[in-house]
Amino acid sequence: MDDNTIIFQPAPARPAPSSRVGPRAWLRANLFGGWKDTVVTLILLAILALTLPGLVDWMFVRATFFGDADNCRQAGGACWPFIVDKFNVLMMGVYPQELGWRPAVCAIALIVLAALTYTNRVRGIVLIVAWAILPVFALFMIGGAFGMREVDQSLWGGLMLSIMLALVGVIVSIPLGVLLALGRYYGPPVVKSLCVAFIELLRGVPLITILFMASVMMPLFLPPDLVINNLLRIQIAMILFSAAYMAEVVRGGLQAIPAGQTEAALALGVSRARTIAFIVVPQALRHVLPPLVGRCIALFKDTSLVIIVGLLDFLGMIKNASLDTTWLGFQAEAYVFAAFVYWLICYSLSLYGRELERRGPSAQKR
Amino acid sequence: MHKIMKLGTIAATAMVAAGAVSAGTLEKVREAGELACGVSEGVPGFSNPNSDGVWVGLDADFCRAVAAAVLGDANAVRYVPLASKQKVLAVSSGQVDMTSRTTTWTMKRDSAEGVDFTAVVYYDGQGFMVSAEAGINSAKEMDGATVCVTTGTTTELNLADFGRANNLSLEPVVFEGKREAVDAYASGRCDALTTDMSQLAAFRTSFADPSAHKILPEVISKEPLAPLVAHGDNQWKDIVTWVVYGIITAEELGVTQANVADMAANSADPSVQRMLGSSGDTGGFIGLSSTWMLDAISAVGNYGEIYERNLTETLGLERGLNAQWKDGGILYAMPIR
Amino acid sequence: MSFTKRTAKPGFSVQNIGSALSQAVVLTVVLGIVYVLFTNTQENLALRGIESGFEFLDHEAGLPIGDSLIEYNPTRSYGYAFLVGILNTLFVSFLAVVFATILGVFVGIARVSHNWLLAKVAAIYVETLRNLPLLLTLFFIYSVVLAALPHPRAAIELVEGVYLSKRGFYLPRPMAEAGFSIFLTAALAALALGLGFWRWAVTYKMRTGRPMPGFWGGLGIFVILTGLAYLATGRPISSELPVYAGFNFKGGLAMKPEFASLLIGLVLYTAAYIGENVRSGIQSVQAGQIEAANALGVSNAVVTRKVLLPQALRVTIPATTNDYASLVKNSSLAVAIGYPDMVSIGGTIIGQNGQAVEIIGMWMAVYLTINLIISLGMNYLNARVLHVER
Repeated sequence: MDDNTIIFQPAPARPAPSSRVGPRAWLRANLFGGWKDTVVTLILLAILALTLPGLVDWMFVRATFFGDADNCRQAGGACWPFIVDKFNVLMMGVYPQELGWRPAVCAIALIVLAALTYTNRVRGIVLIVAWAILPVFALFMIGGAFGMREVDQSLWGGLMLSIMLALVGVIVSIPLGVLLALGRYYGPPVVKSLCVAFIELLRGVPLITILFMASVMMPLFLPPDLVINNLLRIQIAMILFSAAYMAEVVRGGLQAIPAGQTEAALALGVSRARTIAFIVVPQALRHVLPPLVGRCIALFKDTSLVIIVGLLDFLGMIKNASLDTTWLGFQAEAYVFAAFVYWLICYSLSLYGRELERRGPSAQKR
Repeated sequence: MHKIMKLGTIAATAMVAAGAVSAGTLEKVREAGELACGVSEGVPGFSNPNSDGVWVGLDADFCRAVAAAVLGDANAVRYVPLASKQKVLAVSSGQVDMTSRTTTWTMKRDSAEGVDFTAVVYYDGQGFMVSAEAGINSAKEMDGATVCVTTGTTTELNLADFGRANNLSLEPVVFEGKREAVDAYASGRCDALTTDMSQLAAFRTSFADPSAHKILPEVISKEPLAPLVAHGDNQWKDIVTWVVYGIITAEELGVTQANVADMAANSADPSVQRMLGSSGDTGGFIGLSSTWMLDAISAVGNYGEIYERNLTETLGLERGLNAQWKDGGILYAMPIR
Repeated sequence: MSFTKRTAKPGFSVQNIGSALSQAVVLTVVLGIVYVLFTNTQENLALRGIESGFEFLDHEAGLPIGDSLIEYNPTRSYGYAFLVGILNTLFVSFLAVVFATILGVFVGIARVSHNWLLAKVAAIYVETLRNLPLLLTLFFIYSVVLAALPHPRAAIELVEGVYLSKRGFYLPRPMAEAGFSIFLTAALAALALGLGFWRWAVTYKMRTGRPMPGFWGGLGIFVILTGLAYLATGRPISSELPVYAGFNFKGGLAMKPEFASLLIGLVLYTAAYIGENVRSGIQSVQAGQIEAANALGVSNAVVTRKVLLPQALRVTIPATTNDYASLVKNSSLAVAIGYPDMVSIGGTIIGQNGQAVEIIGMWMAVYLTINLIISLGMNYLNARVLHVER
């Protein structure tokens, strides 16, 4: 080659036009794609512009954060001192306030255990035992035992009561549901029909009727000199109700296990009971962990219904607080706070469910 | 502002209790060392927790009187707030020993619901409250009005009867709890609120502007309020009945909380002596100690003092029908002898 | 499954006798418990002086009911009052199912839309409503939203005859004038003609392959003929407007705040779940199906109707019928906001005469029947419509 040869040097690439990449392109694709899209976007923006500023104004700008009812009425916005004033009662009900450290300790234990479960630090049998011990520990701490002052169950209330009802409900109803599902799936005809009848009966009626049954009918079923207190009856009702739904969820898991598993176990000489206990149930549960978490969320939401049979759980105390004569007219704040707390707890649980789904067996299949 | 310790719209919750419902409430109370007394969810003047969490009111005081007469200690009372619907079932099922909760004495409740009434503590009647700007002066002008009412009460039934009898079409809006009904009326959901006159007066004082509300003059029903006990335990029923009569008699005889000790020691009036245990043992008739009325009156005073303290001072209610029979009212206690 | 079948032959053998014996034991234990409960109940009822049996259904109710579809006054019997409750439950459930489905479909489609803002708004709606208890939503709507409406004397008038106030929503009531029955028959005849035309058009298209507007043609026939009938019979529908007189509005159709908040709450809550079902249904259809249809030049509307929907519905409908059953059960929350549905009225009756066992039995019977009807409907749909394979 002589030195006059020109070697082709391609010009450096220019950046793509702004109508194809970057924010303008994104806007065109996602918000203003066609005339229909544009209309929808504009309508939504209009609605948001009309409602959001008013909401923010009410919740933060014009809101009172310190003071009392008169300050709030003058300011015209949200009245957050109302929530602060009622906070103890909303959390614990009419529990004696000087003993408030006891529910607080239980709450901390719960949060710690939940964090450990979510980050998968504790697993297997240790995890199960820890969760089983937690409600017993809470019962002793809150109710009073081992020398601590006893607090009657009629004084328990607030968020503490909601969480306790849900926690005990979940922990007892999952094993019960597994047993019902096994009875329905593997049991002899009598056991199978009993399980089916129980499950279908409890799933077919609303929770309110079951709570009424527990509150009004159960005292009639018991011998005249045996009186079970109202909270225990309601707890039993929630456990039975939840167990029926858990049974259906677990049944789906049982159906997902290939027949080969049980046949192989039998061929190896493993007894029927051992096969069910160690091969079938663990796999079934692992398959249905996400729907089980979904049922836990549903049970926690359902605890709000106990206000109808007279127990003052979190929603009950919210309603009560909003009817208090000193703080008349601040119902919106009470319900917004309640919505915030419920949403936080339920959404966190649903995130956990999604996490389980991501880690679970169905996600690991290629 | 005050923190209210016990808000109490809790239905009957009782500890696991031994002892049958049908007999032996006295033994049960003695063994438990406290009286489980069903009260309301918070009705000013009758049973309402004050800012220290202590239950005050006419009904609450009668609970204390029974506890003092039976156990000797007026503070040995466990107050169990009851919703309207649960008040009868709670006592018939044994979860509370007695209910002192502005319950109207009706035939149906007394005979067919497993409870017994004791003695009337307050003669009340049902009335209506409307807002002053509606401009009506009589309940008969209320055709087409919406009326807030609580469910599970005789109020509901009386409202229907009143509408039928006077050819008025009244639209009921039914609520589970009294406070919801009052709150709904105050917020304007209904034109009128109906409940017992005494409670109308009580709730009116809690409104922001009491003069904007008017209590109509018609009394549309008889509402004799009495404590309830479970059916079948005659001794316990006698105990509660005669404690009530004793309190009323104390006013008739001039025995007050201040002078009861002195009267017990020095009074020459045979009726006073019999009642306070200086002569004879009236307490023994019903299984109590001879100082049963002495303890009760020392704890809460006589009927006039209870009324004055709870209803006149706070709500401005006059004695009216509830004055002694000698003063023009219909309060007439049976002789304690 | 083979795992449970015993290897023993039928007839008398150790396994068969053992199995039969253990089942007999279980059955005896259960029956024994039932017997003990039964005797306990009888004893307790006698102790408290509460009657048994269903005679109370004939006794006079005396209780006022604020919102009733059929004519009710307190002299009617308890049984009649309970019937009012059942009708209220069915009415609110039916309306809620219809509106929740419509809203749910919109929400589901919005969730998978290309429009980012729309998808996000729908996602926020779904996540919010699914994570809040329905009771809280109901309380909020009743105490905050509807209580903020003005007093009837200052009611908001949306259009003529439609009023929004604190005491309820008022709409004009359509009234039948003379000649309405003729008009109704004519309208039904027009409907039959329209449907007949549609069917004929479909067979014509199949037979000859030529285009014939079946649906629109039939609809057009129905509308035109009905309109002609309306004019010919002298416009036999008038409307009664609500008028504010005395305390409240008189006349017109009234929708009490209790009913409105229950309906709105149920619709919003269930629509979130139905929206999720629609979304998973749409997402379950393989992208290849749509792409192939587009490649064949099929228009978007037809693709949606004939390719996307049938396959999406196979996933959506079973989940949605579950949600319908939940909706009917959730309508029992009416007791908390004062709408007189079956549970609310039953609870009042229990409070009056203590006969809890009978009333609870009646509740369970009604709800189980409704559940049964819904599952039967679902099974029919499954068999005939959804799983129609080639």
